[in-house]
Amino acid sequence: MDTMSTPIRYLLLISAEEQLEPDIVDDDGMRRFHAWMADLERRGVLRAHEGLYPSRAATTVRVRDGDVLRTDGPFMETKDQIGGFALIECAGLDEAVEIAAGHPAARFGQVEIRPVR
Amino acid sequence: MNDADLSVPAHRVGTLPGGAGHADVGVDVGDGEVGAAVAAAFRDEWGRVVATLIAGTGDWDLAEEAAADAFAAALETWPRDGLPDRPGAWLTTAARRRALDRLRRAKAGDAKLRLLAATADEPPGDQGDQGSHPPDDRLRLLYTCCHPALAFEAQVALSLRALTGLTTAEIARAFLVPEATMAKRLVRAKHKIRAAAIPYRVPPPEQLPERTTAVLGVVYLLFNEGYGATSGDGLMRPELTREALRLAALVTELLSDEPEALGLLALLRLHDARAATRTGPGGELVPLEEQDRDRWDRAAAADAVGLLQRSLAHEQPGPYQLQALIAACHAVAVRAEDTDWRRIVRLYDQLLEHQPTPVVRLNRAVAVAMADGPAAGLAQVEAVAAELVGYPLLPATRADLLRRAGDHTAAATQYRAALAVAGNDGERRYLARRLAELTPS
Repeated sequence: MDTMSTPIRYLLLISAEEQLEPDIVDDDGMRRFHAWMADLERRGVLRAHEGLYPSRAATTVRVRDGDVLRTDGPFMETKDQIGGFALIECAGLDEAVEIAAGHPAARFGQVEIRPVR
Repeated sequence: MNDADLSVPAHRVGTLPGGAGHADVGVDVGDGEVGAAVAAAFRDEWGRVVATLIAGTGDWDLAEEAAADAFAAALETWPRDGLPDRPGAWLTTAARRRALDRLRRAKAGDAKLRLLAATADEPPGDQGDQGSHPPDDRLRLLYTCCHPALAFEAQVALSLRALTGLTTAEIARAFLVPEATMAKRLVRAKHKIRAAAIPYRVPPPEQLPERTTAVLGVVYLLFNEGYGATSGDGLMRPELTREALRLAALVTELLSDEPEALGLLALLRLHDARAATRTGPGGELVPLEEQDRDRWDRAAAADAVGLLQRSLAHEQPGPYQLQALIAACHAVAVRAEDTDWRRIVRLYDQLLEHQPTPVVRLNRAVAVAMADGPAAGLAQVEAVAAELVGYPLLPATRADLLRRAGDHTAAATQYRAALAVAGNDGERRYLARRLAELTPS
């Protein structure tokens, strides 16, 4: 297997169309979600996991020429928005992909896997 | 090169220069007997040394640098002490020591040093890993290079760099991109492997099939670079075709029921069975129809056809099986004029369903010319020409078909254009001969 077995941390950015939320968290979706969480606990890889309020609750801040600019909304106005994140620590990218693929939202939207420095 | 005249691999992306002195990191193999021995060791051992070093350190750049150091050290010590019995083992050991030195100098973390020191006495190629995997780090290296988290272009480039030691400049030429672009691509790919912790391994069985497409593509490219045009004097680089044949056999063994892996192995062996007749005494290319078919390795071709039948029994046709079928059409033709060109055209039609690329269309055009006459073929060449600007075999194909059509003036113009972009002396001699035949003095 992987020679360098130092665990790597990955941030999973879970995103989907926000209107699809009811589909993602229906009974079936919740069952999948609980199964996913149980799998993470079994693997012992979960370091943090949170769900977020919809992007309309977001405030984006930029500082330009010393002025603090607030924007009502997310930093990118795209159809798909981040709805939650998980910080995991596992053996390598293949395991991270397995974990990401098990998240119910991956069936509707996507999960971006970002290695943590 | 193409079916009628030369023999065009459908995926060929360009021409590769060859020759010694590959490493980006500056190995100049020098001249003379020792230089030749180091050059030979470089061809045979580069991939193995790099693969073993990555297994020991997990650090791709360090592995390449240490491998280059080891080849440089060989140039210093081999003239003095004589050639070692096992150059590969010598180079692997030297590379490990150099890697340790570099890590110590860089005051690397203990973990990496311990890992490398622990493997420092292993014989080369011993991966000290699960027994079910083939004992060859190069297969691990190949599957890692072909990881789906990397873009296809990066997969191929990385494989060629790490396994064959082709320089960034050579790979850039193969992809028809500037060297700086290729350098960036390689750096990014290696960075991603490191940062995202792409595992260095042959994937577990359930992931093997999906991971194999990219691996087959890389093996195919590797073979083409050995078989097709390279710069310099030789038409072929047998060490590359050997490497590709070996890797293809290894992948086939690992994936015994993968029809495309079998198809690829059959395809490569069919080409290899007539490799000896592809060059004349002066190293010039001999086109398919002029090859001495008595010297084709019929037994090897028959074995390859057997592999192909085994793959076709799965009834999952794919690009490699179709190309192998086309190669088999040539292999079974006792004389050039016995070739069933209509069947070849039909096979190209099927191939186009899988692979609608301009190069496949160009090859199909040649088959059409052989089946229905050069005029019909030329019309199809022109239909695809705009998509093949800069493709070295376009003028060579035009020249061949114009010559067959009897338009000697236009053919001569195209032969001159082909000569200007030909990749090696073998092709140049062939094209020059044709040109001379058309322009009597």
